[in-house]
Amino acid sequence: MTDLTDLGVAAIRDGVAKGDFSATEVASAFNAAVAEAQDALNAFIVTTPEKALAAAAAVDADRAAGKPLGKMAGVPIGMKDLFATQDVQTTAASKILEGFKPKYESTVSARLWQAGAGMLGKLNLDQFAMGSSNETSAFGNVISPWRRPNDTAPLAPGGSSGGSSAAVAARIAPAATGTDTGGSIRQPAAFTGISGIKPTYGRCSRWGIVAFASSLDQAGPMARDVRDCAIMLEAMAGFDPKDSTSLDMPVPDWEAALNDDLRGKKVGIPREYRLDGMDPDVAASWEQGIAWLKDAGAEIVEVSLPHTKYALPTYYIIAPAEASSNLARYDGVRYGLRDLPDGAGLQDMYAATRAAGFGAEVKRRILIGTYVLSAGFYDAYYTQAQKVRTLISHDFTNAFTQCDVILAPTAPSAAFALGEKSADPLEMYLNDVFSVPASLAGLPAMSVPGGVDRNGLPLGLQVIGRAFDEQGVLNAGLAIEKRAAFSARPAKWW
Amino acid sequence: MSDYRIHGATGEWEVVIGLEVHAQVTSNAKLFSGAATAFGAEPNAQVSLVDAAMPGMLPVPNMECIRQAVRTGLAINAQINKWSRFDRKNYFYADLPQGYQISQLYHPIVGEGEIEIQLDDKDPESTKTIGIERIHVEQDAGKLMHDQHPTMSYVDLNRSGVALMEIVSRPDMRSPAEAGAYLSKLRTILRYVGSCDGNMDQGSMRADVNVSVRRPGEPFGTRTETKNVNSVRFVMAVVEQEAKRQVAVIEDGGTVVQETRLYDPDRNETRSMRSKEDAHDYRYFPDPDLLPLELTDDFVAECKASLPELPDAKRHRYETALGLSAYDAGQLTLEVETYQQFEEMLESVARESGAPERDVAKRVANWILSERPGVLRAAGVAVTDPRNTVAANTALIVAVSKGVISGGKAKEIFQQYLTSDIDLAETIASNQQTTDTGAIEAAVDAILAANADKVEQYKGGKEALFGFFVGQTMKAMQGKGNPQLVNQVLKDKLG
Repeated sequence: MTDLTDLGVAAIRDGVAKGDFSATEVASAFNAAVAEAQDALNAFIVTTPEKALAAAAAVDADRAAGKPLGKMAGVPIGMKDLFATQDVQTTAASKILEGFKPKYESTVSARLWQAGAGMLGKLNLDQFAMGSSNETSAFGNVISPWRRPNDTAPLAPGGSSGGSSAAVAARIAPAATGTDTGGSIRQPAAFTGISGIKPTYGRCSRWGIVAFASSLDQAGPMARDVRDCAIMLEAMAGFDPKDSTSLDMPVPDWEAALNDDLRGKKVGIPREYRLDGMDPDVAASWEQGIAWLKDAGAEIVEVSLPHTKYALPTYYIIAPAEASSNLARYDGVRYGLRDLPDGAGLQDMYAATRAAGFGAEVKRRILIGTYVLSAGFYDAYYTQAQKVRTLISHDFTNAFTQCDVILAPTAPSAAFALGEKSADPLEMYLNDVFSVPASLAGLPAMSVPGGVDRNGLPLGLQVIGRAFDEQGVLNAGLAIEKRAAFSARPAKWW
Repeated sequence: MSDYRIHGATGEWEVVIGLEVHAQVTSNAKLFSGAATAFGAEPNAQVSLVDAAMPGMLPVPNMECIRQAVRTGLAINAQINKWSRFDRKNYFYADLPQGYQISQLYHPIVGEGEIEIQLDDKDPESTKTIGIERIHVEQDAGKLMHDQHPTMSYVDLNRSGVALMEIVSRPDMRSPAEAGAYLSKLRTILRYVGSCDGNMDQGSMRADVNVSVRRPGEPFGTRTETKNVNSVRFVMAVVEQEAKRQVAVIEDGGTVVQETRLYDPDRNETRSMRSKEDAHDYRYFPDPDLLPLELTDDFVAECKASLPELPDAKRHRYETALGLSAYDAGQLTLEVETYQQFEEMLESVARESGAPERDVAKRVANWILSERPGVLRAAGVAVTDPRNTVAANTALIVAVSKGVISGGKAKEIFQQYLTSDIDLAETIASNQQTTDTGAIEAAVDAILAANADKVEQYKGGKEALFGFFVGQTMKAMQGKGNPQLVNQVLKDKLG
């Protein structure tokens, strides 16, 4: 029998259903892998082997009793520590929530448990999902399982869903949840050679997900391949009356409709994404991606997204503005950290608590957000940014009159080393240049492996689709996946 | 229209007043969560995860609160904005768990409307129209309790997230009386509509009072805002005190500072809370957790159809269709409970006496407004007393209108009935007044004979004695003499 930890979502689900192995065996194998890798990778903030085993036992019992099994039956997964999990510490990787155990379960995680998945643990991330390298976590950096050849320098797993990407790439979880505000699923997926999809804004309920930027936050799956993403997204998505921005639409059977035949489809290549000084390996991977989609029968057309250059500044106004308000609730009054110096009044308590509880990047974004919403600056920054956001949305609407999906790189480079970019926040923000536009427009977008760079590190190709057309995105992703036959995987050094 | 003036040392000053009234929306659940809203629950017994702003919690609009705001807007003839939006008002305070209040700054649900006030309830001409600028809905905050612990404050989040309507008037009022009349009228309308219970002592309604002064005819002066004033009387007092204070400041060579003030009822004065300089920057922006609120024509039509007859229309109908005086119509329509009793009793009396409502309306109105209150007071019972039923009231009114008992006897019987367990029908029957002219003549003869001296005086011109003879006769007949007949017989006999 193959090593169970080599299996993905579909293989585990099918194997458990057929009786090739039990869900408990799968959970045990992954629990062991998690434990073995934890010190080296720091992918989890807490591990919950007992939860994984309990869910597996329930699936095994259901199967023995002949009951129907869920979409994710027997699949143990990692849960990004941004999802509230009942009675299990939920921190958003911040000291301000250390020790916080919610009395409620997020809608998305609840749906996954309902579908038969089990929880291996809570995955590390950039603090409040703010970051592209996991360096902002208050619980130590996640280390990518990938390394450059002949070099032990720790690499970034991407961010903010870096615990998720590292765990899936290291084969210590078959799949993991992620959340994507400006690329937090796609960029870490690209950095670690796995697949991840951010669905249309509203597909997955935000209820119970610690909010970063409400108008952008979307949950999505991160897994080994496109099929696994489709399966897991089906389990996560669906209308939730507890989230006013939730889409009241049926969830399609994306897995059943997977099809890599793109004849009759048009793939748009956005002119404005060809940046001066683009990493030649990234450019080559993009060209290769175009060739693969052509091979799958698609027609390639050039499209224009003229407001692309404004996407990053727009994002870095809107996201911090919303964050500055969303994070006001962490005030030391009701839960989480409270720092109450002797003789302190209410304002002193706020200041001390938030100074001690939030990391530097979180504070930076709260300051930026507070600034852009301030009297006298609001119109110049926030209102203007909302207008540009509308223009960026229109860019996509226009482009999709000429094509069905858009192909672009996911990130401007392969994984960088820890510490390489953390000194300069602007350089770090540039990492989001290709992922942010789709976030601002609320469109489904996915990253799939598109080869490796000169150092043998994975590169991601990004497919962006029309609103609600996750199927088109998945199908184009599948076409790339089949042709890329991506087989690189990190050597196990831990 | 108002000639209310502050007489300062340097001349006359006019007062300009605008009110922002916060009215708690009548609803079983809060604006964005399913938590209950009843008054007086144990601290923190009515707090949902959303109200406590737990991580990842999201607001979902409660359409019943939206409906009540729309109905209120329709009741003041306001424009209903079919597209409105919620904004966040950001500030830190321990009673505000989210760190922001969800409100509507930029696009309120209700636009411009108006309310007509009447300053003198005996003068139907003394009306004035007060403009309403807007109504928006927003969340209430929690409450801090400073008296539970020597060094700490406690927080009660029961009110946190409760729906409020903020009803903003134009600066159209010019006297304490106008401000008082406006607030009373607004309260009456809200209670008719059922969108707010109007219990000011429970904080269901409170007003921020904006006051400025100016020389008549000059541009508006600088205003102050006195927060959270919770009775009509206090609003009037705030206007008076604040206007006087501002005049004194200006006449002393100072300038009025734009600031927030608090009213101290014990000392009947306002004092500064914070000035514009240290005002918060609330950093309003559209709440990204909520979609714009879009109302359909059907929804608005349903709200409109659900409105009851409103105070002005009802008063007009009482005057025209029922023939009541303007004063009576005004009094009967002031409170929901009063008009409801009146209409129930009117319907019942008309049915029992087989007369059209118009013919008995005046009698029922008199009973409710003039006669019954004294009886209830004398009996020491509230209007809500279980024996004070429509049926009992009807029986008495009908008995009087049919001449079975006199009005005076009716009040006497009613008081007995309220304070003991007598059978009303029997008591009315046993007190049936006599219309037997012979019996009345006999009684009158006896009284006149026994008071020959007074008869002389009467005939000598002391006509005021007539009442004495009536009283004596009625007394002799134990109140059962028909008053009209007694009068008639006396007049005949006394020549």
